[in-house]
Amino acid sequence: MTGFELIATHLPVLAVVVPLIAGFLTPIVGWIDRRLPWYWVMLAMFVVLLIAGSNLATVINSGTIHYKLGGWDPPFGIEYVIDLLNGFVCLIIAFIGLMVSIYSLESVKKEVPGKTTQFYSVFLLLITGLMGMTITGDIFNFYVFLEISSLTAYALIAMGDRGDGVVASFNYLIMGTVAASFILLGIGYLYAVTGTLNMADMQSILPSIYENRVVLAALAFFMVGFSIKVGLFPLHAWLPDAYTHAPSTASALIAGLMTKVGVYAMIRFMFGVFTPAFVIDVNMTEILTWAAALAIIVGSVLAIAQSDIKRMLAYSSISQIGYILLGVGLVNVIGMQGGLLHILNHSLMKCALFLVAGAIFYRTGIRNLYQFKGLGKKMPVTTTVFLVAALSMIGVPGTVGFTSKWYLALGSIEADQWIFVAVILVSSLLNIVYFWRIFDNIWFGHPHEIEQIKRDEAPLTMLIPMVILAILCVFFGFFSCYPIEYIFEPLAKALLGLGGAP
Amino acid sequence: MSRIQESVIIRTVVRIMVPFIQLFALYVIMHGASGPGGGFQGGVIFGAAIILYAMIYGIAEGKRKMSDALDKILASTGLTIFAATGLACIVCGGMFLQYNAVPLLPDPALVSKYLIDLVEIGIGITVLAVMISLFFDISPPESESEEVEE
Repeated sequence: MTGFELIATHLPVLAVVVPLIAGFLTPIVGWIDRRLPWYWVMLAMFVVLLIAGSNLATVINSGTIHYKLGGWDPPFGIEYVIDLLNGFVCLIIAFIGLMVSIYSLESVKKEVPGKTTQFYSVFLLLITGLMGMTITGDIFNFYVFLEISSLTAYALIAMGDRGDGVVASFNYLIMGTVAASFILLGIGYLYAVTGTLNMADMQSILPSIYENRVVLAALAFFMVGFSIKVGLFPLHAWLPDAYTHAPSTASALIAGLMTKVGVYAMIRFMFGVFTPAFVIDVNMTEILTWAAALAIIVGSVLAIAQSDIKRMLAYSSISQIGYILLGVGLVNVIGMQGGLLHILNHSLMKCALFLVAGAIFYRTGIRNLYQFKGLGKKMPVTTTVFLVAALSMIGVPGTVGFTSKWYLALGSIEADQWIFVAVILVSSLLNIVYFWRIFDNIWFGHPHEIEQIKRDEAPLTMLIPMVILAILCVFFGFFSCYPIEYIFEPLAKALLGLGGAP
Repeated sequence: MSRIQESVIIRTVVRIMVPFIQLFALYVIMHGASGPGGGFQGGVIFGAAIILYAMIYGIAEGKRKMSDALDKILASTGLTIFAATGLACIVCGGMFLQYNAVPLLPDPALVSKYLIDLVEIGIGITVLAVMISLFFDISPPESESEEVEE
């Protein structure tokens, strides 16, 4: 029992250390036996999931966890802070990571032959980076983990389609480096005026110097940097290529997590480093909502124009990120809840959709959605998962997508911004347009050689995670009251500073 | 191997320089706790020494000194040393990387010093291994490089 208690206090740091050690040991594991890394990654992700779950449970039961790295007191040493916001983002990272790692076995073997060990090593380091970005309460430590996650993401994308993957990765590298430079500049500016790197400490010092232009510049740098990282509309150019040409497994992981952690960081910086009043005062939230509304519409319209399924999903991601940021930018409790809930929903749905795209590609080698004719009979389970996730994306009642869109619409009404209600509705209709083309081909399209269609389902290791994600899409559609009651409502209130400890 | 690398002067100079560069790297690593330097810088210098050797004597010769398997093992062990030190602090009841919690010597400050050195050594090993593997990965295979240089 003492052993468990001993570990229990150190869970925050273990969430970062476990994937880090596991990632660096992967080459040795793969050297012993080529097949081992898959089991190794699953084991590591499972441990990380347990740690993340336990952390979130502790936060819900007994409040924010503070962990002093090296025993140094906060403003001087690095502090890991877990509250509801990053507790739940960590859980999403660990869960999606586990699902994708289960799925990866066959897909990685086929798409990155001979490099599976490297792939898994980088995979775990990406999880390390994302976990670290989420957990840390130190603004420079955040930057270090941001770089870890970015570099590993470039590497994963470059392992994809021969040639195109490298170009996409290079584009992302340039854009990502520009973004990271903006963020680093912002951090430097804030450090120059406050003399501290601890987020909580910074938040307490900043209000007295808000009229300082340097602070304003820092906020602008952060917002531009993170907008590139999350692929907010005018700064999204790297995103479609990167998602399209990465290996299927990496696409699912990056689409499911990278942008969500970027959004988390944006929320954390707006409300956890600066204060809500200041961010509203300088009109940053208003700019954010309009950019988000634009992203929602433009992302959906561009998605309609695509014929490659992964590219279509990538454009759809741009529009979905818009939903999250719209909810955040509305700065009222309901809208914020919708935005936060959409982080969870979008991770589940988009990860499921990318996994399906990968499974179809694995079995048939097809990515052009006009060639999907007859797939409904060939791969019934896979296509059903696709149906569920796509319906959720559209926002059909009974799926998660409906709940968050409902909250977003209510939030827009409360903010007296009816135009955003219209945006959400129009975008949902556009979603139907681009998903319907696929439904139409999968179930109603007749291939020329209909007799040749045999049931040829994806392997079990691929089916299990996809089905789990689809079930969760429906489960949270009906039972979203629990996460909302325990996590999102107190969280939204705490973020906006409306009473209640975070 | 190409002609430039066959120059006796270059070969001899490199042969003499490599051990001194490595010694300097060790100095930088061990100096990290008490002055400018540290695991990363020292690791880079150490890796640079081996890269210099591989550049002059050829990739194949370089790989003979530093095989891929050894490289992988070093990259993993270095970080494991770092993490194990951190975890040892946890086991001894401190926070992650709280060196003075480890009851190794009567003086906690001295324990901190030695454990920081240990962590720096771990980081140095990983950095040197990764530097070298980056160089080998980017460099073209021996046969191709000959064609290019002709």
